[in-house]
Amino acid sequence: MTELPNSTDRKMGLVIDLDTCVGCHACVISCKGWNTENYGAPLSDQNPYGGDPSGTFLNRVHSYEVQPAEGHAQLIHFPKSCLHCEDAPCVTVCPTGASYKRAEDGIVLVNEDHCIGCGLCAWSCPYGARELDLAEGVMKKCTLCVDRIYNENLPEVDRIPSCVRTCPAGARHFGDLGDPDSDVSKLVAERGGMDLMPEMGTKPVNKYLPPRPKDQIEEQIDILAPLLAPVADEPQGFMGWLDKALDKLPGGAN
Amino acid sequence: MHPAPSVIIFTTLSGLGFGLLFFLGLGQPAVTGKVAFVFYAIAFGLACGGLLASTFHLGRPERAWRALTQWKTSWLSREGVCAVGALIVMGLYALGAVFMDSHWTLLGWIGAALSLATVFTTSMIYTQLKTIPRWNMELTPAMFLSFSLAGGALLAGAESVAPWLLAIAGAVQLAYWAKGDKALENSGTNLGTATGLGDRGAVRAFEPPHTGSNYLLREFVHVVGRKHAQKLRMIAFILGFALPLLLILTPVQGIVIKHVFAALAVLSHLAGIATSRWLFFAQAEHVVGLYYGKR
Repeated sequence: MTELPNSTDRKMGLVIDLDTCVGCHACVISCKGWNTENYGAPLSDQNPYGGDPSGTFLNRVHSYEVQPAEGHAQLIHFPKSCLHCEDAPCVTVCPTGASYKRAEDGIVLVNEDHCIGCGLCAWSCPYGARELDLAEGVMKKCTLCVDRIYNENLPEVDRIPSCVRTCPAGARHFGDLGDPDSDVSKLVAERGGMDLMPEMGTKPVNKYLPPRPKDQIEEQIDILAPLLAPVADEPQGFMGWLDKALDKLPGGAN
Repeated sequence: MHPAPSVIIFTTLSGLGFGLLFFLGLGQPAVTGKVAFVFYAIAFGLACGGLLASTFHLGRPERAWRALTQWKTSWLSREGVCAVGALIVMGLYALGAVFMDSHWTLLGWIGAALSLATVFTTSMIYTQLKTIPRWNMELTPAMFLSFSLAGGALLAGAESVAPWLLAIAGAVQLAYWAKGDKALENSGTNLGTATGLGDRGAVRAFEPPHTGSNYLLREFVHVVGRKHAQKLRMIAFILGFALPLLLILTPVQGIVIKHVFAALAVLSHLAGIATSRWLFFAQAEHVVGLYYGKR
């Protein structure tokens, strides 16, 4: 049944540090690689070498510019994948029961053998976390690498989602957000981790750490700076004559 | 939203078909024999044709039967259950009317209720989506139900109620457009809340994740044709409500001309509703478009 569990034993999820992310897209590629070769149907591409390539991805990195009222604009790289919401609308809208949230760890998954590819779960997701695979005709989404995190055939260091393992900047963290003493929960508390679109009432498990404020450039950076300032605001000497001569030519000044 | 032809055909035809089944179930008109056969053939043709069209947009249509299982939580599943129930009950009722010259009143009422419930559950599939503020309004089910009843009354030849139902449907349509145009703005969702960065300054989409298109953009960000929206609204309103109203209220002599006018009213209404339904999808903004700096 596509009823949501009342509560989950653990709330496994990601914490994404917008201060640290450098926008390299390595998580996008490693996600595509792992999830094409492992759990479920491969993530297909359509016309990959043609004029209009597109394909299924479970993780995509946007970039946003934030312009404060005062000061410099800031560029923020923004990885986005399934947030494994506590009140996941994508689960309850599913007509077949293919979409479900696990009671043991809160991971939202799709049973690809039962999915009819109606797309309603993707319609109900505000985050664009679900994509219908055009080759397979079923819905694909982040599995939180459910086939890695419990996989005893892998070395322990690799038992984390592929995107987290790959991130060269250390901007992605994985853990139990339901346990207040876990490293990820402490990180969220310390840095003021936030929800995306909280007004949608989805209660996302994944949290985003806001970028730290930028250093301010002070007015006077060096005590010698005043000595290097221009000595005349109005041009003098030859430049002054040239300025006046050019003014007198027909055509006007800008 | 991408205005998929399969979904537009489905909601337009089956809305009309279940509207007619509603009136037939109530014994309006209380036809039997060959005439009843024609009426029920039209009703089932529209309702089943629409349902069949809806399976065309599925990635895996061969598994469609599974959609009947999750009625506890899913409006799409409830719609499937109601549709199958309405078709079975009204099928039995039709057997009585066509072959046994009898109307099983109670069965007809149950069938009528299930037909209306099918239209309501269809509308709730769209209404429930908070991600599409233009659909997430009480006026969405009001629109689907009033359209279905007006179209059903037209087809059933219910002369006494059809003008009123058409007028109500037209009014609901105007209200839906007026309220819908402000829905995204009033929802409070913008790129600031989507990224959580809104309290730091003005957020602008600087660079998309990829240069090409993707499923999300194709499915949720449809901007082609929106520029003609006002013209299409005029066409939808005139064809859907004004012209049919004029055609059925015009006093005419002779049964043949009367039937020709009624047929024209139905065809005009059908074209108008299809146009309105196209706009229903094409104008709907999904909040995921915000992440791409689009709507």
